Amino acid sequence: MKPNLSVNIGKLKLKNPVMVASGTFGYAEEFSDFMDLKKLGAVVTKTITLNPRQGNSPPRTCETPAGMLNSIGLENPGIEVFIREKLPFLKKLGVPIIMSVASEDGPEEFVALAKRMDKIKEAAAIELNISCPNIGHRSNLPPKLISQDPKATYKVVNSVRKVTQKTLITKLSPSVTSISEIAMAAQAAGSDAIALINTLSGMSIDVEKRKPKLAVVTGGLSGPAIRPIALKMVWEAYNKIKLPIIGMGGIIDISSALEFFIAGASAISIGTANFVNPKISIEIMSGIRKYLARNKISGIEKLIGSLKI
Amino acid sequence: MVQLKAKIIYNKKFKGDYWHCIIDAPLIAKKSIPGQFVNIKLSDTLEPFLRRPFSIHRIGSPAKGNFLPKTIEILYKIIGQGTEILSGRKKGEYLDIIGPLGNGFDYTRTHEHTNTRTILVAGGMGVAPLVFLSEKIKAKAKVALIGARTKAQVLCEKEFKNSGCDVKIATDDGSAGFKGKVTELLRQVLLTNSRTHELTNYIYACGPKPMLKAVAGIAKKYRVSAQISLEEHMACGIGACLGCVVKTKTGYKRACKDGPVFEAQDII
Ligand SMILES: Cc1cc2nc3c(=O)[nH]c(=O)nc-3n(C[C@H](O)[C@H](O)[C@H](O)COP(=O)(O)OP(=O)(O)OC[C@H]3O[C@@H](n4cnc5c(N)ncnc54)[C@H](O)[C@@H]3O)c2cc1C
Ligand SMILES: Cc1cc2nc3c(=O)[nH]c(=O)nc-3n(C[C@H](O)[C@H](O)[C@H](O)COP(=O)(O)O)c2cc1C
Ligand code: FES
Repeated sequence: MKPNLSVNIGKLKLKNPVMVASGTFGYAEEFSDFMDLKKLGAVVTKTITLNPRQGNSPPRTCETPAGMLNSIGLENPGIEVFIREKLPFLKKLGVPIIMSVASEDGPEEFVALAKRMDKIKEAAAIELNISCPNIGHRSNLPPKLISQDPKATYKVVNSVRKVTQKTLITKLSPSVTSISEIAMAAQAAGSDAIALINTLSGMSIDVEKRKPKLAVVTGGLSGPAIRPIALKMVWEAYNKIKLPIIGMGGIIDISSALEFFIAGASAISIGTANFVNPKISIEIMSGIRKYLARNKISGIEKLIGSLKI
Repeated sequence: MVQLKAKIIYNKKFKGDYWHCIIDAPLIAKKSIPGQFVNIKLSDTLEPFLRRPFSIHRIGSPAKGNFLPKTIEILYKIIGQGTEILSGRKKGEYLDIIGPLGNGFDYTRTHEHTNTRTILVAGGMGVAPLVFLSEKIKAKAKVALIGARTKAQVLCEKEFKNSGCDVKIATDDGSAGFKGKVTELLRQVLLTNSRTHELTNYIYACGPKPMLKAVAGIAKKYRVSAQISLEEHMACGIGACLGCVVKTKTGYKRACKDGPVFEAQDII
């Protein structure tokens, strides 16, 4: 028996449920030496903004127990340069490309970005990054995020929904009191799916220098350290909303990937683990297939939310 | 670049906290250029989680007369958990290694030219990639300036000599060679040399940031072209995360992909 790995995320059909997370896979070119990119379920691009962004001052990364902090600050060439210089390579892959977008300036920029993406045939879906902890720091304190406010979340998703028919994914932050409240707001506003979780706001200090390890003081925590939090949020959202969930946060191997499906994710994204093993996403994908076959489960759909309590 | 499991064929302390590791990796060795580095997963556990970058110190062949490079060598200093773990890895064990990575030194301008002088400026561990470079540059006029805090930390004097360099040493405490900064030695070399005007100087430097900054300043003053190798904290090492950027005249550039070697005058 060959288990069926295909899943649907809104109108988007994925041949397998393993994708790579925004900001951890560049624009895919960087990984072409290590693996057959065609095998991926989907590629999510580094978040793109309307205008070019140079990002935050370095140092921008540091290692933490079982993870890392980053404060990249959405460095990207802006949407037009992206379309001209990065999209041609992505187009040729034959894999669904999910365009991650963010606004530096309120809902209007999201609408402008969505309109532009709507015209691009190869944009399989649009992911709204309303959860980046690295832009808009307020005098060295972490920024306030759209996805920390259900009303603001509703407003952005709803305005974008009005201008595009493409599959809309809303990416949420774990730095909230109630994830289901935010997930429900995104659902009510017309999102087709939820991506969970973006990095957690955090910091680290060099005690000899008594200086923060990141130049902008705070950054986003990722890696295995955040996995239990991510998993719990996927589980919680799965119980409250009907939309498919793309689960991520600390997935580094087959068993951690499976946890997310069992908790309720329809697909998963591999993030920081790509840095440690660039071909991990493919290894996880074939591991999932073997797990399903070994347990005589006919398809990944049967595993989703199958937690026994 | 490739990712592979490579066998350790030698891993021993050679001086103080400094270690020398030889790894069997023909696929990496045959493509390596001086200034490039490898990114190594040092343990199978989550601690440390990320890979650690090390300059390619040399490439080697197993037997005399066999010119196909088979091994890569690294020099490292124990400074934290990762390098501590590396020092405990034994001959015969395997390391998960990615390489060769980054943009190495562009030495075409001095290589095989008789009217140029190569000046290598190494601070501390910065000797690592410069030995490989020195072994590649065929031109005769080569000077290696080695800087260290004290005599016990002067590295690779012999290797530079064997590859045809005139070696000069500077130590902070004067326990070996000139007492003072290696950049002061550089200034002296350039001064004596600029009077003769016979040779065009090219500087290649690797070492701590303050040293590289001083090298860039001196190079500018004496109008000498200088390439410097920069170290930044790296999460991916392959240009994907945008974590390792340095500020250049044309914006942020990734140390792991656009560097680690940059033209000194491009760095702000
Ligand atoms: C391109 C490049 C070439 C290098 N070549 C050599 C070499 O030839 N020999 C050598 O001994 N060292 C080299 N280094 C430095 C080496 O990577 C660090 O010494 C090593 O990562 C320390 O790891 P640790 O776990 O022992 O120490 P940690 O406890 O992790 O850290 C100690 C210090 O090392 C720095 N560091 C830690 N992780 C990284 C990382 N992923 N990237 C960059 N810096 C880091 C930290 O900022 C900290 O100041 C190089 C670094 C770079 C970027
Ligand atoms: C270096 C780095 C850059 C990131 N950049 C983005 C980004 O541009 N947009 C985004 O939505 N998420 C970004 N993320 C968050 C990841 O997509 C992911 O949500 C998070 O890292 C949790 O997954 P992980 O633990 O598997 O890495 C970034 C993460 C890292 C480590
Ligand atoms: S370390 Fe990731 S881009 Fe350089």
